[in-house]
Amino acid sequence: MTMAPADTAPSATLRARAEAEAAYFPPLLARAEQLAGAVLLGEHGRRRAGLGDDFWQYRPVRPGDSRRMIDWRRSARSDAQFVREKEWQIAQSVQLWVDQAASMRFASTTNLPQKADRARLLALSLSILLIRAGERVGLTGSTLPPQSGEVQIRRLAQSLSHDDVADYAAPEARGMLPHARALFASDFLGDIAAVTAALTKAADRGVRGVLLQVLDPSEEGFPFRGRTIFESVGGTLAHETLKADELRDRYLDRLAARKDQLTALCAATGWRYLCHHTEDSAQSALLWLYAAFDGGTA
Amino acid sequence: MTLGPIAFTAPWLLTALIALPILWLLLRAIPPAPVRKFFPGVVLLLGLRDDDSVSDRTPWWLLLLRMAAVAAVILGLAGPVLNPEERRAADRGPLLILLDASWASADSWTARLDMVSKLLNEAGRDGRPVAISRLTQPEPPLFQSAAAWQSRLAGLTPNPWSPTPAMQGAFVALLEDGARFETLWMSDGLDRVGRDDLLAALERHGRVSVFQAPAAVLALAPVTIEDGAVQVTALRSRSTGPQDILVQAHGRDPTGTERVLADLPLSFAADEDGTTGTLNLPAELRGRLTRFRIAGQDSAGGLALTDDSLRRREVALVAGLENREGLELLSPLHYLRRALAPSADLLEGTLSDVLPANPDVVVLADIAQLTAAEETALSEWTEKGGLLLRFAGPRLAASEISRREEHPLMPVRLRVGGRSVGGAMSWGAPKTLAPFEKDSPFFGLPVPDEVRVTAQVMAQPDPTLAERVIATLSDGTPLVTRKKLGQGQVVLFHVTANAEWSSLPLSGLFVSMLERLSVSSAIAVPSAEDLAGTTWHPVRVLDGFGTLKSGDDLPGVSGEDLAEAALGPMLQPGLYTSEERQIARNVLSPDDRLAPAAWPVRITVSGLEKAQETPLGGWLLALALGLMTLDILAALALTGRLAGARTAVIACAALLTIPTENRADDITAVEATAEVVLAHVLTGNKQVDDTAHSGLFGLSETLFFRTSVEPAEPMSVDLERDELAFFPLLYWPVTPDQKRPSDAAYEKLNRYLRSGGMILFDTRDGDVAGFGTASPNGRKLQQLAAPLDIPALEPVPSDHVLTRAFYLLQDFPGRHTSRDVWVEAAPADSEKIEGMPFRNLNDNVTPVIVGGNDWAAAWAMDQRGQPIFPVGRGLAGERQRELAYRFGVNLVMHVLTGNYKSDQVHVPALLERLGQ
Repeated sequence: MTMAPADTAPSATLRARAEAEAAYFPPLLARAEQLAGAVLLGEHGRRRAGLGDDFWQYRPVRPGDSRRMIDWRRSARSDAQFVREKEWQIAQSVQLWVDQAASMRFASTTNLPQKADRARLLALSLSILLIRAGERVGLTGSTLPPQSGEVQIRRLAQSLSHDDVADYAAPEARGMLPHARALFASDFLGDIAAVTAALTKAADRGVRGVLLQVLDPSEEGFPFRGRTIFESVGGTLAHETLKADELRDRYLDRLAARKDQLTALCAATGWRYLCHHTEDSAQSALLWLYAAFDGGTA
Repeated sequence: MTLGPIAFTAPWLLTALIALPILWLLLRAIPPAPVRKFFPGVVLLLGLRDDDSVSDRTPWWLLLLRMAAVAAVILGLAGPVLNPEERRAADRGPLLILLDASWASADSWTARLDMVSKLLNEAGRDGRPVAISRLTQPEPPLFQSAAAWQSRLAGLTPNPWSPTPAMQGAFVALLEDGARFETLWMSDGLDRVGRDDLLAALERHGRVSVFQAPAAVLALAPVTIEDGAVQVTALRSRSTGPQDILVQAHGRDPTGTERVLADLPLSFAADEDGTTGTLNLPAELRGRLTRFRIAGQDSAGGLALTDDSLRRREVALVAGLENREGLELLSPLHYLRRALAPSADLLEGTLSDVLPANPDVVVLADIAQLTAAEETALSEWTEKGGLLLRFAGPRLAASEISRREEHPLMPVRLRVGGRSVGGAMSWGAPKTLAPFEKDSPFFGLPVPDEVRVTAQVMAQPDPTLAERVIATLSDGTPLVTRKKLGQGQVVLFHVTANAEWSSLPLSGLFVSMLERLSVSSAIAVPSAEDLAGTTWHPVRVLDGFGTLKSGDDLPGVSGEDLAEAALGPMLQPGLYTSEERQIARNVLSPDDRLAPAAWPVRITVSGLEKAQETPLGGWLLALALGLMTLDILAALALTGRLAGARTAVIACAALLTIPTENRADDITAVEATAEVVLAHVLTGNKQVDDTAHSGLFGLSETLFFRTSVEPAEPMSVDLERDELAFFPLLYWPVTPDQKRPSDAAYEKLNRYLRSGGMILFDTRDGDVAGFGTASPNGRKLQQLAAPLDIPALEPVPSDHVLTRAFYLLQDFPGRHTSRDVWVEAAPADSEKIEGMPFRNLNDNVTPVIVGGNDWAAAWAMDQRGQPIFPVGRGLAGERQRELAYRFGVNLVMHVLTGNYKSDQVHVPALLERLGQ
């Protein structure tokens, strides 16, 4: 039996690409797990009775309780009947959006990780921590809805390893679950309007979360001099200057303005904002993120 | 165009410097090339405008750097020349280069010739005819092209004498009347008589300029001896401040080798032009001195030859019984003592006491009889070159010695009794001396009238008498006779040594006669009268540089000339001999002084060094290149691209500084020495090399399986590159077309052979050529092995250790079965001991084995152990291969264990195995 060449070629390229992708994400996963392992975690109960596995308290039977709910072992020790209540544990849905655009694939020197790399690492590490804490984690949009379980970590890793061709990406705010939590990780150098729209939409649905801005030190410092042509990583934008050093102050002003906009936006929507530089330790950022998410659940 | 010491060959190019300011503006206008950078933040930059729309200014220092580079290029191309040589435009006529060419110019002769060469070049460029003349050797000036003289320049040498007034006059006479030429006079810087006349004569022909070395001329005056110490006087022509020199005394050491025997540092005070030092040397050492020399002074004047004046002869005085105690004036030795004491060391005693001291002269005053032992000793001493001087006296006259037949130690037979003349009982007046004959050593000495001889011993008329007489009385009777005895001589004065028989010892003639007989040596320089009538032969003469040459081809010189004539071609400074005497004629006489030449003011005098014309263009262009390199670095730094460039530069530098020696050598060495490794010489023929390699592989395998020798993979050796010392055995297949190794390789091979290595030469033609016949391989082997240090060879004797080093073998077949295998020959005296199966042979490993059996082919084995080449036919062939392996095993065993199996200890076991 022969197979048409037209059939084999796409499947072969698919397989090859899948291999390449698969080869890419295990190190990411491994690093993310290593990073996550550094954060001590425990299940976070809701400190009230509800659905859960952990014992909360015994209470006398009230009318309306079904007999099956009576804890016979406790009731046998006294005359009254008791019901065993468990702590209410609720699994939070956390939705991630990590910027996969070309602008994130930038590192000013070979010693530094790319911004995308750092953003994915932080997002995945956070996912691992959250999933191990029993939360459900997924992506915004419809590609990977929030689920719990270890398998979800692998799916997340896989999804996070896709590169986008576009130079700058807008946050994906579709498919946000109401009252869920969200993490938007990007350099937020693209169109601010899209970010505003996404955040507004999320806030409308009661979603709160964190804006993680990942920047390269050169973007923060602008260490350029002389005649320079600046190009975006995707190559769609270019700007030529004769004296780069004279642009520095004005660039820094614009960057500060962008940060201010983001901060203001977060304040308006109840989100939190973190600016992370790739030269800094990923662990401190992760700790901050984890605390931000954990604190929000209290 | 000239600017100070710098001139330009293309000055018009300098106008390009005007372009520099334009360049300045241009460089400022053109911005540096942009750098392309990825930058995600570009989105924030969009819409930002540059304030200054012109450009990013190139920094002023970078501009300056570039301007400097361009300026250097322009200046460099304009052809700047440092110290340009001025062209004397006026003089286009002939040029006479006049060299003093005396001993005084020898020290700076090279500088002089360089100068002359420069002048010749200049004259050649100007097309002027040139003549070069030497004042010390006046010849008519020969005007020729400069190139013709240039080729003869190296042949010009200074003479060891100075130009005399006669020579200068002769030169003036040789100049053509009315000829116009410019004179460049290379003076030696010494003043001398007649120079002004010569200068005036030259100035009549044209302009005269003088070149002379600024340094003072140094010279040594003849050394003298005073109070037993050698006085060395050095002179200089000009007081040029304090100066230290070192005078070296050369002489023969006891083995006869010339060497420096003593050093004498001398220093001139600031305003002195002469200094004297004293050298105290033992008489023995002083006698061996041959010359003094100022260290580092290459001129005949810096050298003083020594002669007899430094030698004090040892004279042994032996008299008969001194029975008349206290009568000193009557002592037979008194006058001799007085005559000799100033110039000789005297020994007195009995003959047996003084002879062991080996004196130069033994004087026997009126001694007739000697004991037999004394006589033998004295004869021996005389025959070895001693001078035996005998004086007559009453005892000699009364004795029977030399009466009937000539005594060996007497020059003539004597008649009985002697005679006395002019006494109270005799006829006639006392006799005077006759003038000396021409062949007498005393010829030329004035005969004073007051010398009277009243008594003498008489010589018997003999056929040989006439030739032995060297002085006679006025009536023709011999007064002094002499005969040669071996290398020495016996001289007899027929009178006494005291004033008893004659007044000769009272006269000055006596001293002169002793001097002429070299009994004593003159202390002072001999005067013309002293030397009158003698002929002197030059033994060694000096050339201008102070080198001693043989004077055998020069004519003899009369004594008067030697004493007084000026030095010249006929009387060159050197060492002259006559009879036993030696006189040195040095360049300087004892009272000579050196005076600097004084030139009139109108004459330009310049030194020998001329500032060298130095083109600077190349340096400026190199500077420009350097500046441009700097500019590249600076431009990179400015645009922020230096980081990559820096790594590149560092990488380049690292590449350059990485030691280039090959680590592979060490690895090979470790591999070759970690195990026993057999090796073969690469012949350049791939097939032969492969066969040799697989052959040695097969042999190594065989050794591995059968013996405790476990060789590693064999190696191929390139004689030119590889170290040989690691290999116990080299297999060298001979091909007719292989390259002869270099001398370095042969040296390596010889070292290898001498340090116990072995080479197995295989001509591989044992099937067709008997050994020694002229097969191509055999001839090649002869060529290859000729430079090798190979002892005498012989065919392997039946008791050679190769026959029993591991296996008992008698044949050494390879692929061929020739029996001609040669090894180092056994010593000729090695004999077989009775009852022993073999001799005690060479105590070492034979350095070569030569054969033609193509062993490698028989041993050759592929990686699976299968033989590669067929050997013989069938089972017999397999047997032959087996024997070939056994030979290989024996060979390696022999190399590794030497003569171990030659030890007689193994005899019983071997006898048993041999079935005897």
